Amino acid sequence: MEKSRRNFILGSVRAAGIAALGGLVWSAYIDEVRANTLLLRPPGALDEPDFLNACIKCGMCVEACPFDTLSLAGPGSNKPLGTPFFTPRDIACYMCDDIPCVPVCPTGALDITKVSTKGELDINKAQMGAAIVDTKNCIAFWGIQCDACYRACPLMDKAIYLEYEKNKRTGKHAFLKPIVDTDICTGCGLCEHACVTKEAAIRILPREVVLGAVGDHYIKGWDKKDESRLQNAHSTTTTTKISKEKAVDSLNDMGSLLDDF
Amino acid sequence: MISKLWSNYRFLIARRIVQVSVMLLYMAGNYWGWTFIQGNLSSSLVMGVVPLSDPFAALQMFSAGAMLSTNIIIGALIITVFYGLVGGRVFCSWVCPVNIITDSANYLRNKLKFNQVAKKQPASRNIRYWVLALSLILSYILSITAFEFISPISITHRAIIFGLGMGWSAMLVIFLFDLFILKNGWCGHICPLGGFYSLVGAKSLIRVDHNEQNCTACMECKVVCPESQVLFMVSKESMQVLDGECTNCGRCVEVCNDDALNFSIRNLIKDKKNEKIN
Repeated sequence: MEKSRRNFILGSVRAAGIAALGGLVWSAYIDEVRANTLLLRPPGALDEPDFLNACIKCGMCVEACPFDTLSLAGPGSNKPLGTPFFTPRDIACYMCDDIPCVPVCPTGALDITKVSTKGELDINKAQMGAAIVDTKNCIAFWGIQCDACYRACPLMDKAIYLEYEKNKRTGKHAFLKPIVDTDICTGCGLCEHACVTKEAAIRILPREVVLGAVGDHYIKGWDKKDESRLQNAHSTTTTTKISKEKAVDSLNDMGSLLDDF
Repeated sequence: MISKLWSNYRFLIARRIVQVSVMLLYMAGNYWGWTFIQGNLSSSLVMGVVPLSDPFAALQMFSAGAMLSTNIIIGALIITVFYGLVGGRVFCSWVCPVNIITDSANYLRNKLKFNQVAKKQPASRNIRYWVLALSLILSYILSITAFEFISPISITHRAIIFGLGMGWSAMLVIFLFDLFILKNGWCGHICPLGGFYSLVGAKSLIRVDHNEQNCTACMECKVVCPESQVLFMVSKESMQVLDGECTNCGRCVEVCNDDALNFSIRNLIKDKKNEKIN
């Protein structure tokens, strides 16, 4: 009797220990793959955390894509296993009008309403990422004529437009600099795919990785519409203690910067 | 000769045909756009109309706090009801591609006579229920479908359907684990999906029936059975195999040369008597 009780207790503790160990390794792995935030998702994808728990990894979007743009993350790639993504430098999104990849999603991880206007599919609303130009390595910024990304853009002159600027070095030529309007850019990646440099000088990155957010402190006073952003603004009052030191001393005061000063 | 082979392997052959055809149909859906069945074992669409979904994945989504779409709920219900009737672990032995891997490991294990060296298995078959519980707890805590992120089953069928990549590594690990470390290790001890389907099929209708009068106690059935604990009654008592962990693979039925084991419909009236004896 005594022995069986001991066995029972030992067995339970052992099982709990194994479960805790397994749970630790398991959750560490999940945290690790979840930390990969540089993935580009199909059009209409929910925000990354919601996407990850809604996606059932069935691959219906991958099968629906006529350009083989999408693939499912495989083991060893250090990406969340089985979730769909695309690499525009290899195959970009061709922004089909009927967006075949989205309606087939059984779980709503690809949300039809995020790519619809008034109930009609509208691929121009997609926000798969944002194009960013590396102005140091873009040859158009050197003054060499190249408009590969501009011409590849499905929303030419809106998502990517050319800014003309005098080339002072030669005195007689113009720079034709590609500028991205990230409000309009869908992140399809056709620009990155078309870029002529060895490594693309224009790249698609997830919007949340690359875009800032102004917040409520600044508005465009010259833009009536921009003021509407303030409708939901709330104010916080902060009080700063007034220093008794002389103003000039603040130049020498490293106390707040260097702890051990 | 051929009729002997057929009678000894008829269910095994049928299972392999079903398993391979399901995978081929999915592959045809991916590569050639066949619409008979598209997707994979996590979620699919039959004839472009009927949704099917893995109920265990849906359960993890639910505990991760995701909104379940109607498609997923209907798909998961269809699968649950189907396996609830025919036997939950029919999925394991008739559909799941991992079964082919673990069966081969087990076959090799027998051929190499490992089982005579390691007679006792050092692990409990209840681990799978712990892993099942842990899957749901981790899904809840991390708000992510925890098992789906590591599932070697999903890795395997995705590797088959969408192209291999590194997917072979998961298959190899399971094969070696079952071959060298633990007999029926993955499917019979650890896999939480198998555990889940054991629960789904606990009251299912298609059952193996043991007739003790015909039994010569050769114990061939226990040798081939991947869940041999469910055959505890063999040569002792005539009754149905009612344990949900039975996969209805039919190996015991086909190796029995004495007509002591056969498929039957669960006897709902006798049921109570059986439970009392248990």
